[in-house]
Amino acid sequence: MKHKTFLWFFLPSGMAMFLFIAMPIVSVLTQSVYAPHEQVIREVENCTLFGCSKATQIDQEATRALRDAEPMGRFVGPSIYTDRNHLAFAEIAGIWRNASGLGDFFGQVTNLPFYDALSFTLTYTALVTPLSLAFGLIIALAVNALPQLFRGPVIFVSLLPMIVTPLVGALILFWMIDARGVLGAALQALAGDPGLSIKASTPLMWTMLIVYGVWSSAPFAFVIYYAGLQTVPGDTLESAMIDGASRWERIRYVILPHLLPLTTFMALIKIMDNFRVFEPIVSFSAGAHAKSLSYFIYSDLGGETRLLSSAAATSVLTIAGIIVLISPVLVRTWHAFGRVRA
Amino acid sequence: MTISLKRLFQSALFSSSLLALSAGAASASCGDIAGRVSVVGNEFPAIHTVTKAAATCANDKVTVKANLTADHQKINLPGMQGNPAEYTSAIIATSSITPLLNGNVIRPLDDLVAKFGQDIPKRQLITVNGKVVAVAFMANAQHLVYRDDVLKKIGMEPPKTYEQLLEAAEKIRAAGIMKNPVGGAYATGYNLGLEFINIYMALGGELFKDGTPTASVKNGQGVAALELMKKLTGYMNPDFLTHDSNATAAEWEAGNVALMNFWGSRTGVLMDKQGSTPEVYENTKVGAPMTIGGGKIPATTLWWDGWTVARNIPDADAAATFVAMKTGTSPAILNDATMGQAVWMIEGYKPAPVNQGVMLTMESGAKPYPMLPYMGLLHAAIGENVARYLSGKADAQTTLADIEAAYTAAAKEKGFLK
Amino acid sequence: MTTRVADRRPMILRVVMSSFLVLWLIVAAFPFLWTLWGSFKVEGDFFSKADWLNALTGPLTIAETGGSFTSSGYYGAWVQEEFWRAAMNSLTVVVCVVCISLTFGTLGGYALSRSPYRYAFWLLLISLVFRAMPPITLVSGYLLPFFEWNLWGHLPTAIIVLVAINQPFTLWMLTSFFRNIPKDLDESAMMDGCSRFQAFRHVIIPVMWPGVITTGLFSFLLAYNDFAVTAMLLSKENQTMIPKIASFLGTTQTKGNVMFAVSSVISVTAPLFLLVMFFQRQIVSGLTAGAVKG
Repeated sequence: MKHKTFLWFFLPSGMAMFLFIAMPIVSVLTQSVYAPHEQVIREVENCTLFGCSKATQIDQEATRALRDAEPMGRFVGPSIYTDRNHLAFAEIAGIWRNASGLGDFFGQVTNLPFYDALSFTLTYTALVTPLSLAFGLIIALAVNALPQLFRGPVIFVSLLPMIVTPLVGALILFWMIDARGVLGAALQALAGDPGLSIKASTPLMWTMLIVYGVWSSAPFAFVIYYAGLQTVPGDTLESAMIDGASRWERIRYVILPHLLPLTTFMALIKIMDNFRVFEPIVSFSAGAHAKSLSYFIYSDLGGETRLLSSAAATSVLTIAGIIVLISPVLVRTWHAFGRVRA
Repeated sequence: MTISLKRLFQSALFSSSLLALSAGAASASCGDIAGRVSVVGNEFPAIHTVTKAAATCANDKVTVKANLTADHQKINLPGMQGNPAEYTSAIIATSSITPLLNGNVIRPLDDLVAKFGQDIPKRQLITVNGKVVAVAFMANAQHLVYRDDVLKKIGMEPPKTYEQLLEAAEKIRAAGIMKNPVGGAYATGYNLGLEFINIYMALGGELFKDGTPTASVKNGQGVAALELMKKLTGYMNPDFLTHDSNATAAEWEAGNVALMNFWGSRTGVLMDKQGSTPEVYENTKVGAPMTIGGGKIPATTLWWDGWTVARNIPDADAAATFVAMKTGTSPAILNDATMGQAVWMIEGYKPAPVNQGVMLTMESGAKPYPMLPYMGLLHAAIGENVARYLSGKADAQTTLADIEAAYTAAAKEKGFLK
Repeated sequence: MTTRVADRRPMILRVVMSSFLVLWLIVAAFPFLWTLWGSFKVEGDFFSKADWLNALTGPLTIAETGGSFTSSGYYGAWVQEEFWRAAMNSLTVVVCVVCISLTFGTLGGYALSRSPYRYAFWLLLISLVFRAMPPITLVSGYLLPFFEWNLWGHLPTAIIVLVAINQPFTLWMLTSFFRNIPKDLDESAMMDGCSRFQAFRHVIIPVMWPGVITTGLFSFLLAYNDFAVTAMLLSKENQTMIPKIASFLGTTQTKGNVMFAVSSVISVTAPLFLLVMFFQRQIVSGLTAGAVKG
């Protein structure tokens, strides 16, 4: 395809992404190295419904001079990335010097907000991605064995976790897992412990979030695997059977390799989605027990005083984390592309 | 304080007889204005009442729009930074006005008050450094809510101090009436941060080193506040770290809780007949907020809600906005349906029994929530860190040090600290 | 073919598979069925903190409404709160997003699949990195410029943003799909004197529908269920369904409004049922035809 033709075909899509994704990424990068100016504070008297009191205020006149001199803000270089609320280099060095052992070192490091969020995010990604793919595959194999008549309704029900709005889906689940909710009560009965409460315990909350993650993303894997199963070459399967391959061997040597490219594609998408996990934490009010990187950004942006540079730095670190995680897959795709071209 | 309150209500009673006359003429009272009115604010019934009344000013020269959403704090600042600003008015509260002040997006209202607002009672005007920046229309505070029947069963008066509350909680538990008799909005983040601030201030703690933006919570009061919170949570449902005010209200209505420090604006929901059994809603009573350790200051903060006018808009729009919002918060909006929606700071307001708690709080010498440019940063740092202490992951000293460190990093980024 | 293989499955395996499937269907459907049942109760029952059995028996529903089921949640949402306006807005957004996404995506995806140059790969790669950006950062970045240029609050703004955010996924799906359509098809058409675009129009478009329908389904779900973008970028009168539901919940929940949210969730899911039933064959055949090859 000629360069010019390519350009015209790609232009609409490229423009949309350039304007609404690339430009914001550039502005986020800029924002993460520029911070607001130093604020000139002065003492004032404030009067409200409840009487007058001494307080402070930003001196707008004095601050404006600074702002006009450098409209971008104050250049701070990488100092936001390295401050205590992010990578915390100085703090980690301090902990390393004083820690009594490796366990103590990691304990103290995960006490730092960024590493606390990172540890949950990585655990979540590492567990939910493979589990949801595996569940999706098993469901797909089971549905594939059904008579044609039942498949429509079964597909719909299987898609429900994906299509019910996460916002309210998680709200309802939040009530269900309450110690007095239907799932919470069921769990208490199963464990034989009437004092058991998911919302009060960090390990249980992590488990709950991971179970929810698998529940809500298995349907995506299911529908794609199910489609993939329809294209398994029949003649290869039959010749495998004639060769006396067992059921398991047929899955292992024919079906799984056939589904491998699909798995790569979904792993890519799911790693990204899981690394950005956010909605369940808010909906389950799980902030006390589990924070993710996106939740971290959300609290920076959602507070009364918005920490834009901090949110920008965390966003850049999130992108960097995702690139690191998916790079093995990308390298594979790169080689595959080379083959296609050749 | 007490005297001015009494005077307010005397004048309120007096002016309420004039209401019947002025209510019918509400739309005419907007006068000769022309321009665009666009309001952003939080979403709850009292604010709906205000914006609906403001919309009566709409005619062929005036357009009135309102965007009421739980996300108002995320969009009000950018929405007022453009020129002309999308929003000509933001409805805000004690703490959410500071980002607008910091961003310099709201205009001083002195000239507009002089021209259109002579009849607004002076106490409703919020001033910063002598300049009017907002007009308040309602007040709110947290205070004691208790179950009368349960306290009678254990033979105790409503607690006046947290020590008495703990004693009552122990008795209720020992008597087998309730397993977790204490409630409270202790959800990680904003709610938990506010509870710490309430208790810390009641213990006489200062949040900042005298007038500077340097945080100082790592002290005796800080430790005492954390320890009291831990004691209280011992009598709470173990899920307390996930209980925001909605979940706390649900716990109350289910009859699981007998004592809590709770928002005045939400007590109406607890006392109405919906969602609960008569045993619960008939026995729900409110009282003054509690003090701690013989101190005078109750463990609560006073809040107001008010409206502002944007800076980056033409003067005609600003005048139209001022008049419309004034109409929206005029005595004419008060009627049987709206009276119980809030503790209105408007002439003609007659407090209902549900609002008694807020009135008592205002008379109790409670402090207003600090209106400081960097307060939001400290509040957020507290809210995120106290949970670690309450769930046993960190000791008190580490928690307080973490709060200060997290705040310092954020305040450095924002340019408040070097 | 697959059914023939299935027929030969041993009994025990079939039992295990079927019971697993039944278990999965219960797990998948239970929260939805629970919500469906609960949407006809009052808030105090459905969200009971006293005893979960209340949601089944509904003592407060009987006490407050006189019957064991009430449709007040539906009435409140659709009539009193005019949920249908939000439904109309959602319809506009969804139709536009799906159409524009697919138009942009098929053109771009086709070009990427037919270009022999390395930059095609890099473009795909960069678009994937774009997808790594947390949406909440993107959305909060939009706010200030949109307010300044007076773009905020309008449906077209939200539509184009959703299209852009959705492009990386659409491009990846469609590129891999077009790679599976033999190059010979369009190249022979070009031999016969067609331009590239004519070849695309006359040869590729007729055979691309299965892949497009599947990709369309994902675009549809994204636009239909989106909360982050629509909640922050749309004004009150242009609100779509999901932010409307969120506004029923709010930070300070007003009594009864929570049940509006619950009944709206049921209302929102119903059209999806019809959609999946209607398109399930196409969805699967579309995935089969290409996107699934990675």
